[in-house]
Amino acid sequence: MSVQVRIPTPLRKLTGGADEVTIEGATIGALIDNLEAAHPGLKERLCDDAGEIRRFVNVYVNDEDVRFLSGRETALNAGDEVSIVPAIAGGL
Amino acid sequence: MSETIVRALKCRECGQEYAIEPTHVCEFCFGPLEVVYDYDKLQGKFTRELIESRRQNMWRYKELLPIDGEPSVGAQNGFTPLVRAKNLEKVLGVSELYIKNDSVCYPTLSFKDRVVSVALSKAVEFGFTTVACASTGNLAGSVAANAAAAGLESYVFIPHDLEQGKVLGAGIFGTKIIGIQGKYDDVNRLCSEVAGKYGWAFVNVNVRPFYAEGSKSLGYEVMEQLGWKAPKHIVVPMASGSLCTKVDKSIKEFIKLGLIEDAGTAVYGAQATGCSPISKSVKDGTDMIHPVHADTIAKSLAIGNPADGFYANRVIRDSGGFAEDISDAEVIAAMKLLAETEGIFAETAGGVTLGCAMKMIESGKLPRDESIVLCITGNGLKTQEAVVDAIEKPRIIAASLKEFDLLAAADGVLNKD
Repeated sequence: MSVQVRIPTPLRKLTGGADEVTIEGATIGALIDNLEAAHPGLKERLCDDAGEIRRFVNVYVNDEDVRFLSGRETALNAGDEVSIVPAIAGGL
Repeated sequence: MSETIVRALKCRECGQEYAIEPTHVCEFCFGPLEVVYDYDKLQGKFTRELIESRRQNMWRYKELLPIDGEPSVGAQNGFTPLVRAKNLEKVLGVSELYIKNDSVCYPTLSFKDRVVSVALSKAVEFGFTTVACASTGNLAGSVAANAAAAGLESYVFIPHDLEQGKVLGAGIFGTKIIGIQGKYDDVNRLCSEVAGKYGWAFVNVNVRPFYAEGSKSLGYEVMEQLGWKAPKHIVVPMASGSLCTKVDKSIKEFIKLGLIEDAGTAVYGAQATGCSPISKSVKDGTDMIHPVHADTIAKSLAIGNPADGFYANRVIRDSGGFAEDISDAEVIAAMKLLAETEGIFAETAGGVTLGCAMKMIESGKLPRDESIVLCITGNGLKTQEAVVDAIEKPRIIAASLKEFDLLAAADGVLNKD
């Protein structure tokens, strides 16, 4: 199934400037692999050498951080919206 | 002033350097960017005498703040009192305790006036005319006020259920205030996306590296006010964890520049148990920060996914400090204690700082016989909801001496007759 993926500014050089792309994937892990196939270079930005999502990368499925779901194993359904968002500071 | 010593923006993860631009994330590894300086250029030029000759505001340390020339926004901000807390010393059984009181920071009564002054001055240098922020409240008020004074347009984004004092304390300045249905982490995420789409200076997104440097001024002031020395221990409230890292950076910079001796200062972090991902990681002895869904009355600290948590954790551990967290009831008790002993009405985050310090004194993590500074970062008048049911209500009487005599007698107060 295909889902919409929102691409943050720092990664748009790799998507030809697109702020949203449509990608197939049954899980977040598969989605990232398919993103890499469509836009080479994306995976190493998102994942470390062990394939884990980098510390400063937040991936959301609809409104939930995948760290609260099943991480890379998080299942995707048709029509889901995935957002990739850099961590930002604030508070106090 | 002479030429700026700002060298570049540098990725804290991979070390990649970038030119000075409104950007905050490493294009390669997504690590946060930080301002780096050529301190050598200041050797022998940035002296105690020079600093002391300047006006009492945060810009007396301007060489170490990342703007070119003079500040165009918030030129009066900062330089809050450092209070020797004699009464609290007795209650806590410690020998040397100070309160850095940013609850009276100009102009919006929180330490955010420091970071906003730098962020907006930099935004003006970059040519922005609209500024914005994602906020737990204090930042919204500070951006709104400082933008108004500087003639800038502003948009502030907050969680929809903030304290009235924080909402009012931003709205009064004529800012465009947007309440987001969700927690701060949801606001943050939206703002990260908005920042990519609109050409605004988002103080804690695309100008964050500059913004965050403003926090160092709190540390500089503490050291100058202690008589040009660093405390042995400093306790800092943690939301994203940024303040922890910047206080540590301020101390290291003053040591490097020969302004103070190295006192081996240990940095301690404070959180509310309902949102304690950083303190938990420190207590568990790991550097893995697990995001949480925040639930505490200390809303200004309610960031479940702290962007600087990893670095705050490292500063705390490397400096020999510790972190603690306390319940909401303990937060309220500590707010009252600070008010009743030192006459300082801190917001909930201040209760968190004092309450966690008390817990660490009890457990022996904070020694009783060395200097301790508590950083109070916001004003209690903005978080009245937290304590409204915990304080004594006025006793209502008629404007009658007889009625007051009865009341005084009940209190056991003697009159002159």
